Amino acid sequence: MTLKNKLLEPGEHFLQGNQALAEGALFAGCNFFAGYPITPASEVLEHLAKRMPQLGRICIQMEDEMASIGTAIGASWAGAKAMTATSGPGFSLMQEFIGYAFMTETPLVIANIQRQGPSTGQATKAAQGDVMQARWGTHGDYMPIVLSPNSPQEMFDLTIRAFNLAEKYRTPVVLLADEIVAHMREKVVIPKACEIEVFERKKPKSKNEPFFGGETIPPMPSVGEGFNVAVTGSTHNEFGVRFTADPEVHRKLAERLVGKICLDAERIFDVETYGIENCDVGIVAYGCISRSVYEVIELAKNKDINVGFVRLKTLWPFPEKFVKILAEKAEFIVVPEMNLKQVFYEVQRVAACEAKVFPLNKVGGGEIITPEEILAKILEVRT
Amino acid sequence: MMSEKFSMRNYLRGLKYPFCSGCGNFTIANAFLRAVFELGHKDLSKFVFCSGIGCSSWIPSPYFLADSIHTPHGRSIPVATGVKLMRPELNVVVFGGDGDIAGIGLSHLIHAARRNVDITVFMVNNMVYGMTGGQVAPTTPLHMKTSSTPYTSFEYPIDVVNLVVEAGACYAARWTTIHQKELREAMKKAILTRGFSFVEIVSQCPTMFGRRAGFKNVTEMLEWFRKNSISVEEAERISEEELSGKIVVGEFIRRTRPTLTDMIREVMRKAKEETSIEG
Repeated sequence: MTLKNKLLEPGEHFLQGNQALAEGALFAGCNFFAGYPITPASEVLEHLAKRMPQLGRICIQMEDEMASIGTAIGASWAGAKAMTATSGPGFSLMQEFIGYAFMTETPLVIANIQRQGPSTGQATKAAQGDVMQARWGTHGDYMPIVLSPNSPQEMFDLTIRAFNLAEKYRTPVVLLADEIVAHMREKVVIPKACEIEVFERKKPKSKNEPFFGGETIPPMPSVGEGFNVAVTGSTHNEFGVRFTADPEVHRKLAERLVGKICLDAERIFDVETYGIENCDVGIVAYGCISRSVYEVIELAKNKDINVGFVRLKTLWPFPEKFVKILAEKAEFIVVPEMNLKQVFYEVQRVAACEAKVFPLNKVGGGEIITPEEILAKILEVRT
Repeated sequence: MMSEKFSMRNYLRGLKYPFCSGCGNFTIANAFLRAVFELGHKDLSKFVFCSGIGCSSWIPSPYFLADSIHTPHGRSIPVATGVKLMRPELNVVVFGGDGDIAGIGLSHLIHAARRNVDITVFMVNNMVYGMTGGQVAPTTPLHMKTSSTPYTSFEYPIDVVNLVVEAGACYAARWTTIHQKELREAMKKAILTRGFSFVEIVSQCPTMFGRRAGFKNVTEMLEWFRKNSISVEEAERISEEELSGKIVVGEFIRRTRPTLTDMIREVMRKAKEETSIEG
């Protein structure tokens, strides 16, 4: 790939997942990146360290992951479209600031390229173990937006979407990828820049507007523009001023912050479905493992089994609507994941009495769940 | 320039400060706003304030009529770094306590001085975790009674000013709340410094520190600061033994180095040059 002082040319490119993520960020208008080296996310930092100065944008390696996300948050308040990238251990360290970004309504993209945990685990091996951490990792009540790409193409596409959602909903957005998708090299089709939708945050028109209330998604001023904005992670009133004495002020704030995502969930959901209206068996999968399912569909067809498939491109808020349809049609649902049951319970909750849900889990060594293993599970459950 | 009279009100939102009576934070807020006034700023529109968790983090936020970002505990410096990199023309000022800056956030302080990001850090050192009830801090003098060292403290305190000098700060000074004029001048110099600047302000916490340490009132604490302070120059002349328990005040370093923003601009120039050669 020749790198020049501009965005990638439209057309077909052969890119690594992490490179595609980085190039997608550049198309989305990311002009600030701060990160800390960690396998398997380091290529994002390395690629942007090369690319961003060419485009007159800022990329900096910080002293740790807390500093990385903190610096990105500062940059976002100074008007930047900011991103950081990490893996499980770094994602753990960032949790405090993720809660802060949620509470202060700071647009921000956090890419987590999952590896095998807990702790240092198997640092170079793929896993899908951070799904629940992405949902509940920071303390208190919140609703994150979490996207799950399954190819270098989607590393590009969903990174752009992550920026757009962050700007639109004034919230941190997590791109939850995995080592397999991040290190895979595949064809990526880059559209013309003018064909890519890029969303910009709403700015206030006057000093008297509330920046932390009033509307469901209030306008966001930048520092240094004369708005005298007070930003705090403490409970605050609609003008951002710390206000911890009144339970009602907290209730109103917390419910609005969760509500602004949940009430608009239908617009945030993004799934790929296959044959869910007419199927015997359902599969719900996401990320690298979802790639095995395409083949399962073919293998099952040979055995006269119709598979309905819901691929989650949005993990949170959970796309209940589509899983519900699948549960109504299918006799049972299999949920293959590279963790020890995380999305499984969510599917079980949504499927309720409509369909029985079976987990299929594998952890360790970054070994994927093969199409044959998924098919075997279907056949086993069927008998 | 000085024809107008200084009034703190011009720089405040009009909310009531939450500090205990006799708290050093009043003196520090006053010294800072006077310094700003004397530098010719009629308002704080050219400033952005970042602070963390602790009483002194409330000096700017939300009380100053300005942009302020109140961050999680110990993380004001990274946030300030992000703001400064995007808006290099603004004065980015951090207020924090010794627990915030030299305890939980110490690594960020060292790295900010090392990379010479052009921000100003004011560390209010009251030698204790005041807001949480007076627990021992990394700055508490040895053998002091605090709420978490009931048999007196058993760790050596850290000298933060010398640490930032070693790390690469362009300006570093230490004063106490009785040195009001010197403090104000140091604050002005710090704001005007191109590069990382740091002022440690040794301050009194009569409620959570003074009480347990055996001081009868605020005056006694200030008297302790006055008696124990010696200048940097004098400190060089006396033995380490004589220096023990003293507060060394004055200017520790003043130097010029390219700032982080200068360096990043240089990198952008190199990147553009290299790629234009490539094709």
